[in-house]
Amino acid sequence: MDTRRKFLKGVLAGGAAVTTAAVAPSVSARETRARPAEALGLLYDATLCVGCKACVAACKQANENPAEYSTADQLWDTPLDTSGYTFNLIKMYRNGTMETKDAEVNGYAFMKTSCMHCGDPSCVSACPVSAMTKDPVTGVVGYNADKCIGCRYCVAACPFGIPKYQYDSPTGRIGKCELCRHRHKDGHYSACAEVCPTGATLFGRTEDLLAEAKRRIAMKPGELNRFPRGRLKSMQEKKAEAQGKVAETTPKWRAEPDQSYETPAGKYLQHVYGEKEYGGTQVLKLSGVGFQKVGMPDLPPDAAAAMSETIQHTLYGNLIMPFAVLGAMSYVAKRNVKPDEGSNDTEGS
Amino acid sequence: MSDTNEIFDLGRKTLQDVEQRLGLSRREYLQFCATLAVTMGLPKGADAAVAKAIETSKRPSVIWLHFQECTGCSESLLRAEHPTLEKLILDVISLDYHETLMAAAGHQAEAARKDAMAANKGKYVLVVEGAIPTKDNGNYCKIGGHKAIDLVKECAADAAAVIAIGSCASWGGMPSTGPNPTGASSVAEVLGKPVVTIPGCPPNPYNFLATVVHFLTFGKLPEVDKLGRPKFAYSRLIHENCERRAHFDAGRFAMEFGDAGHRQGYCLYKLGCKGPETYANCSTLGFGDAGENNWPVGCGHPCIGCTEKGVGFTKPIHQVAKLMNVTPPLQYPRIVEEQGKGATIASAAAVAALAAAAAGAAVMLTRNLGLSHAAEEAERAKEGGPTQDKAKV
Repeated sequence: MDTRRKFLKGVLAGGAAVTTAAVAPSVSARETRARPAEALGLLYDATLCVGCKACVAACKQANENPAEYSTADQLWDTPLDTSGYTFNLIKMYRNGTMETKDAEVNGYAFMKTSCMHCGDPSCVSACPVSAMTKDPVTGVVGYNADKCIGCRYCVAACPFGIPKYQYDSPTGRIGKCELCRHRHKDGHYSACAEVCPTGATLFGRTEDLLAEAKRRIAMKPGELNRFPRGRLKSMQEKKAEAQGKVAETTPKWRAEPDQSYETPAGKYLQHVYGEKEYGGTQVLKLSGVGFQKVGMPDLPPDAAAAMSETIQHTLYGNLIMPFAVLGAMSYVAKRNVKPDEGSNDTEGS
Repeated sequence: MSDTNEIFDLGRKTLQDVEQRLGLSRREYLQFCATLAVTMGLPKGADAAVAKAIETSKRPSVIWLHFQECTGCSESLLRAEHPTLEKLILDVISLDYHETLMAAAGHQAEAARKDAMAANKGKYVLVVEGAIPTKDNGNYCKIGGHKAIDLVKECAADAAAVIAIGSCASWGGMPSTGPNPTGASSVAEVLGKPVVTIPGCPPNPYNFLATVVHFLTFGKLPEVDKLGRPKFAYSRLIHENCERRAHFDAGRFAMEFGDAGHRQGYCLYKLGCKGPETYANCSTLGFGDAGENNWPVGCGHPCIGCTEKGVGFTKPIHQVAKLMNVTPPLQYPRIVEEQGKGATIASAAAVAALAAAAAGAAVMLTRNLGLSHAAEEAERAKEGGPTQDKAKV
């Protein structure tokens, strides 16, 4: 009798799990999300960068961050890596005699380290309280300190190591580039692009930036070409400008003089970093030195968030996993419980 | 300062002579010498040597030739204030031939040149202003019936030193700009040997004066770079010492002439300033003795790179410059900051040995401490009185 009872209970628990699975809407694998159509971003061109660090200084100013020191004299803002107080940093690749710019051997190169604003960001996926969000229109990966519980899952989740926590503060926040979204309402775009003297950091719609990046890698090295600076105007804006009108943009950017200039094209790798990595990022990069050498990880075209969410949502969809585990555990527990009548009798008497 | 005193004491008479000769007060004269010494980057006390040299040397004969130029270099020299040009050409040097400044004309002038060359053979200084046309046998520039190319060769043959003043003489300058119909060439190209060049359009007069006085003081021309430019004046980029450099570093640029940034004195790089690819001391010396910041960039116009071959008169004025010297300093953050490596076996062994020794020493120390304490206790016990420790207990 006992064994039959146990068996039936086990069947019931298992059956519940199976039925729920059958009844639940089929949880298919989540596809890697693409960038929003009007996604904003940056194009960083390492061959144009001269390492002046104006963008680092401007970023500090725009985000009201304090200076960070790595030298004994503590005279200059000299962060060695991005941190809770440094959202943008120009790093140096160096090899051998450092003779030629953008050469892998006996050369040097610069690389900007800041948020890539992924199309399908891991930090947003990992955040348990939606403090990290991706703007549905601009695609800016933003952070809301009021929601944040300080778990730092985003710090661990990011493949680029971008969100950083302010460990020195009892009320620490996460520090990361938010594409200067707080300045957009005044018509200002990202401070780093606004100040860049050579147009190495260019702001614009990612779609336009991608076209610009493709145009650049097609150039013949050393050939004189025209390069925009500051903000890359969209095709619509250019068309309107040709007709003497001003195109409507959201946000409404400040009017700026044309800053484009002519300079010889650099020697580009035939690769736009961020075009396909992780399903595409909104910040794109061009370089003359291998991307892995300058600290950009080799990433698959699918975002980790897609896979992890597929697994999680499959397991937790309609509480399948909890039911299944509960059922299995109850079964195991029931089976291992000894009949207690005997012992009760002895104790009770 | 002892050198200066020496001059005051021993050279009082010579100094007075010089005062009379230059019409300068002693104070003004010594200031002039100090200015030149500083321009040349000479060490402290060199002003005294300069003063001595000017006092004792016979005024060197200078022959100044003009070819394809605008006389801007001479005009620039006319604006030198300490000393003023007339003091310089009449008293510090003996300017024996200068087409703009000499009173003589025609055959008299040409005779003066021949006389000076004969009288100071091998000792005079030849200064050339302007490029020399070489195309079509150099027919495009003639003075007194002589072709420029012949004149420069004739005068250079017996000169103690040849100085090319201005960009035209230094590297061809404006006349050599493409398509260069006259084949305008530099002095060095025509003579086939390197000469000291003072490029600039116009050059700073003190760079020229300092070079001449260096020649007077030390009997040789100053150290030059591979383009023949004195290193004291042309070894640094304008960008490196520019008063607007801080604006560049902070990304504050004038975008258009007259905009808010331009009015606030922001960096002119985006307006095409060639400071980042031009070697000259304009940013530190200024022009016209009118005080600080009196130079093109100080006045709000981007540098056009007039001293630099391939930049001035070659690149469009408002074309963005190519930044030189962008190799990052070692303090720049690396892509991956290098961390200390794990301990090697040898170092670990060494540390372990030290730690063991320290531990041993510590054990011995505590033991000895205990001994001394025990000895003290024994001593007290011997004295009879109850020790404090016991009392407490």
